[in-house]
Amino acid sequence: MTLFGIPLDIHPIWLTLEVAALTTLALLIIGIPLAWWLARMQSRWRVLLEALVSLPLVLPPTVLGFYLIIALGPSGPVTEFLGLFGFEGQLTFNLMGLVIGSVIFSLPFMVQPMMSAFQALPEEVLDAARLMRAGFVDRFVNVILPLARQGLVVGSVLTFAHTVGEFGVVLMVGGNIEGETRLVSIAIFDHVESFEYEQAHLLSAIMVVFSLLTLVSVYLINRRLSARLG
Amino acid sequence: MLEKTLKTSLATALLGVSLLASALAQAETITVAIAANFTKTIEEVGAAWEAKTGHDVRFSFGPSGKLLAQIQNGAPFDGYFSADTRRPQILVDSGEALDFFVYAKGQLALYSEKLPVDENAETILANGDFRHLAMANPKAAPYGLAARQVLEKRGLYRMLRDEGRIVQGESISQAFQFAATGNAQLGFVALSQLRDPESPVKARGQVWMPPTEDYEPIQQGALVLTRSEHPEVVEDFMAFVQGREAAEIIQKFGYDTP
Repeated sequence: MTLFGIPLDIHPIWLTLEVAALTTLALLIIGIPLAWWLARMQSRWRVLLEALVSLPLVLPPTVLGFYLIIALGPSGPVTEFLGLFGFEGQLTFNLMGLVIGSVIFSLPFMVQPMMSAFQALPEEVLDAARLMRAGFVDRFVNVILPLARQGLVVGSVLTFAHTVGEFGVVLMVGGNIEGETRLVSIAIFDHVESFEYEQAHLLSAIMVVFSLLTLVSVYLINRRLSARLG
Repeated sequence: MLEKTLKTSLATALLGVSLLASALAQAETITVAIAANFTKTIEEVGAAWEAKTGHDVRFSFGPSGKLLAQIQNGAPFDGYFSADTRRPQILVDSGEALDFFVYAKGQLALYSEKLPVDENAETILANGDFRHLAMANPKAAPYGLAARQVLEKRGLYRMLRDEGRIVQGESISQAFQFAATGNAQLGFVALSQLRDPESPVKARGQVWMPPTEDYEPIQQGALVLTRSEHPEVVEDFMAFVQGREAAEIIQKFGYDTP
């Protein structure tokens, strides 16, 4: 495909959006219960668990990627554990690996905003719902989640954007296979290394514009929702 | 008698101190940027040079391309050891260095933890009896280019690439990690990575050396940067690197010397 007169392989763009969408979905499923559990936890172990969730923020991506390929490799603990349930195959160098890596790497981006949202819930409203004998699922879906929507939206947008921009982990876990695991960030790296600066600039420009729009939307949502809630 | 002994020992001590002081005054510290694949080798060469001359050499390790970018943007290095000759040539062309020399020639190796590549690598490659083959990015790393040439010579590169079986590392180190952890069943790596005395995979797997005429020589070039404030000391270090004592160390780590 040609964009602005520059020949460009756009498969990485679609793949990146796919991985980011799957990661966001997976993290919503994992993140909501995890964030709720952590936000309500009274135990002193909570500090440690919170720190563990935030660990990907401070670990260099290549370190994380290196341990992921060991853990997810053919003789790694994760693969062997799944083997007990009849799993055969490989977790690295495919879409699965990319998503697993991204989920771990983006975990704090989903869990932290959600936790703050859950912690900010007004106790009176929760008590009222309980007094009205709403069951837990009813309360959670109809009262808690709507009230915490700001955290959900911010967490999802940040997770999506962060996954789009990741490089170190996905290069390690994905293996840069053309048409299969080559994401936008890796394609940019490839273009720069082979002195194809036009393509690199174009892809980077797309990424900058996308990221800017994403962040602007996060701040807009934040403002609107805070105004409405406040 | 006692007085005399005291005097002598005092004199000796003073002499010692002044000798030490003059040695310290002459000892200089140079900083050299080193392509990551040469890390272990240069540390040993550097230690030998330091022991011989009393000077200090500090190393900055990184991928050749990143080091080049740092140099082009004013990094305070005295010398540069690249993993190829393309990048040193760029610095010579732009006047950052007068000339470069080849300090080592890399040797490509095919490594596998489980497959008997030492016996029939050609058949394994041709039949494709593996899921993933790891190599360095041919666009970014000389070892990747060499691996591609070996595969192209056998008419296999396009097929393997189109089948999505080639996994690429950013550098040769990453290709090595893919193969060493068994994520890729086999991988083109640098012989130096396998020869490293501390390499954990040395005894575990099988190795095949493709014929050297199947790929362009992986020549690694080094140079003295004109910005250096200790040109004589760097020149001395470079001369040492090209000498016999260093050549023995370099060969021990799996490189050819020119």
